[in-house]
Amino acid sequence: MIPAILLMLGIGATCGIVLSLSSKIFYVYEDPRIAQVENNLAGANCGGCGYAGCSAAAEAVVAGKEPPTVCIINSKEGVEAVSRIMGVDAGAAEAPLSYNLCEGGNRAENKYHYMGVSSCKAMTAVFGGHRVCTVGCIGLGDCVKACQFDALHMGPDGYPVVDDAKCVGCGACQKACPKDIIQVKTLSEKLMEFNQEHGALAPCSQTCPAEINIPKYISEIKAGKYDEAVQTIRMRNPLLLSCGRVCPHPCEDMCRRGIEDEPVSINQLKRFVADYEMNSGSRIPITCAPDTGKKVAVIGGGPAGLSCAYFLRRIGHQVDIFDAMPKLGGIIRYGIPEYRLPKKVLDWEIQGILDLGINAFTQVKFGVDFGLSSLIASGYHAIFMGIGAWNDYALGIEGEDLDGCYKGIDWLSRFAGGQEMKLGKTAAIVGGGNSAIDCVRTLKRLGLEKVYIVYRRTRNEMPANEVEIVASEHEGIDFVFLAAPTRVIGDENGKVKGLEYLQMELGEPDASGRRRPVPIEGSETVLDVDMVISAISQAPDPSFKDTDPTPKIKDLELTRWNTIDNNPETLQSSIPYIFTGGDSATGPSLVVTAIGGGRRAARSIDLFLKGKPVEPVENSLQGKNIPESIFKKVDGITPIKRAKMPEIPVSERLDSMIEVDLVLPEDQALAEADRCLNCCRICYNPDTEFPIAK
Amino acid sequence: MGDLFVLAISCIFINNILLAQFLGNCPFLGTSKKMETAVGMAMAVIFVLVMAGMITWIVDLYLLKALNVEFLRTVSFILVIASLVQFVEMFLKKSIPGLYAGLGIFLPLITTNCAVMGVCLINIKEEYTFIQALVSSFAYAVGFGLALILFAGVRERVILARVPKALQDTSIGLITAGMIALVFTVFRGMV
Repeated sequence: MIPAILLMLGIGATCGIVLSLSSKIFYVYEDPRIAQVENNLAGANCGGCGYAGCSAAAEAVVAGKEPPTVCIINSKEGVEAVSRIMGVDAGAAEAPLSYNLCEGGNRAENKYHYMGVSSCKAMTAVFGGHRVCTVGCIGLGDCVKACQFDALHMGPDGYPVVDDAKCVGCGACQKACPKDIIQVKTLSEKLMEFNQEHGALAPCSQTCPAEINIPKYISEIKAGKYDEAVQTIRMRNPLLLSCGRVCPHPCEDMCRRGIEDEPVSINQLKRFVADYEMNSGSRIPITCAPDTGKKVAVIGGGPAGLSCAYFLRRIGHQVDIFDAMPKLGGIIRYGIPEYRLPKKVLDWEIQGILDLGINAFTQVKFGVDFGLSSLIASGYHAIFMGIGAWNDYALGIEGEDLDGCYKGIDWLSRFAGGQEMKLGKTAAIVGGGNSAIDCVRTLKRLGLEKVYIVYRRTRNEMPANEVEIVASEHEGIDFVFLAAPTRVIGDENGKVKGLEYLQMELGEPDASGRRRPVPIEGSETVLDVDMVISAISQAPDPSFKDTDPTPKIKDLELTRWNTIDNNPETLQSSIPYIFTGGDSATGPSLVVTAIGGGRRAARSIDLFLKGKPVEPVENSLQGKNIPESIFKKVDGITPIKRAKMPEIPVSERLDSMIEVDLVLPEDQALAEADRCLNCCRICYNPDTEFPIAK
Repeated sequence: MGDLFVLAISCIFINNILLAQFLGNCPFLGTSKKMETAVGMAMAVIFVLVMAGMITWIVDLYLLKALNVEFLRTVSFILVIASLVQFVEMFLKKSIPGLYAGLGIFLPLITTNCAVMGVCLINIKEEYTFIQALVSSFAYAVGFGLALILFAGVRERVILARVPKALQDTSIGLITAGMIALVFTVFRGMV
């Protein structure tokens, strides 16, 4: 008995001594901060940070490889304690959340027979994971099984639904998903996502220049969740009230229902929820990421500038907008007349953006009141130039400087700015674009007897929005097609008394695919008018290059159309810290294109501010369509009439600038939302069941 | 030499520690879901088992047998093996950081691995010489690794099979282990 006890004591003592000695001999210096940091991590060993346990994560923090926010489930106090130990600022701890890209699980079930396989991983390994399409959710819930926090559940439609309140953003679901559909992203990352070739995108979303998730917001309208629909649109487009009114909706041209039926009235639905928010009397709160401490100057408060400022602010940067005009809005305030976009609506919309904490300085012109050097001296880290395209092209014909001759945007902006305009009795507006239509419809409202549109091609080639052309026809505008102005005729006092034009005929198609008008010799005709407005496109005003005293501004390269030369994928100009977007980058284009450009520039600016290389989005779609998602025919469609846009009768609208187009009533909006097939890349919800090849 | 070879073969295949003796089942099921972890575990077991086999043989001969307290074998082996693993961990961390980085997280797991304990006790029970004990420890460990890696390979594929709901995950794992064990019975009577 005694020897046994002694032996055990002996072995114990020996082991103890050997271990304590060896811990001295084999002592490896470890930063004492590692243990301290580890004590302040969550201690769950969950691996959410990507390291093997908390001690490994602590080592990475002390080694400076990870920020104090490495632990994804750590409390605020914990992060602060770690920051104190490391002696650094905690920085922005933006909570990542899991979200599901695919919402088509319900459709997959009836198209695919599962043959007993019960995990997504197996499905992917055995059959390549095709259910309906290559990118969609398989719906067997590997992610749900992987979630340790009970934040993921299989929803009623057969695809996983994330409970944002429980999700800690650990990324286990993302790892478990073999299709990369469940993704863990921060708000900033979601705001800065762009359409990619492999994306789960409906044809409408592919086409939208602002890349709005259209099926998602329409299905939210369908479910009566108008607030969520507004938020979905705001992820991509901050100017939904304006776009809902003036967007020519290229998305609707690609609507899959439009192949067999009339397309869904996507833009009216956007307007419906946008107006719903405005009329509800309260603003839906917009969340922003924590401050990054970086400052960006946005020159130009038009759609591109507002969009860029909005997205930069939402991802946590400080933004100041500078605008030459008395009020923000740019071309959508000064170029689009009141009857299309009431100023009250625009004011409300812009105020919502400024309320995020954006400062606006108006009536300051770049190159005159401030310049590049003053911006840099004021501590701005990057500059966005969205100066628009405000210089009207001249017709280049005789008599263009007579009294009574005006230029489109110049005239519209002066009128919108409240200037007293001298009016004649009859007017000819040269051009076939939206500006020309805006001029004629405004003039008609100002009481002119006769208003002509003089366009050198035919109605089919007019670049203006179809609805605008139809509206001006209703309002009694006279169209003079196939007419090329040759001379403005003045009277003895130097006032306009007529516009001479040559009649044309259509010849061979040109580079744009439109048939080229060819003049008919000797067909000069005179139109008796006392006002001529030329609205034949515009270019950016490059005068800042001469007036800005900063020598560096000479490095800013312009194209031969005076647009700011830029990389179309990143919108970075020839000066690395200057980015551009909107009309000043593309030449005159759509509001929604400028909004998309503003967001793309915001992404590049964000990369630039973080010191990362400003690289394009990989496999960026940029408005192209994914071939497999463009169908020739669509099965299972029952034609249903598209909602008709309500508008004020012509008799009531011509004597004022009152808004012409009205918002859809709720019941019609819901019916219209029901017409949406909720498409994705290749699947959709048909109206009727149709036989599926098994 | 021939005897040692026969001993090794019998330890690896015929008396495989996992599939014939059914020792060390916790890591067998726990670390066999992924090939990567299975390989790491196998390497760590080989390393520790060889060390433990030698030390315990010496402890048994010069302490337990000498003092005639063989009844303390189990408890003293636990103490010795646990201390050994701790020691090895410290040693590796200092001297061979590369190896430590590879085996580090598996070493503490082996402290309580019954396959290690079992092999040490078998070595004593079969009255092996030191060389024989060394060979058997190494061979048993190789057998452990072999079974674990085979099993991990099978398990990685099992998810592709149509497994009834009630038998998913660990259940099918145990069934698979049983089948592999059955297959290993063909080695019976080879030596």
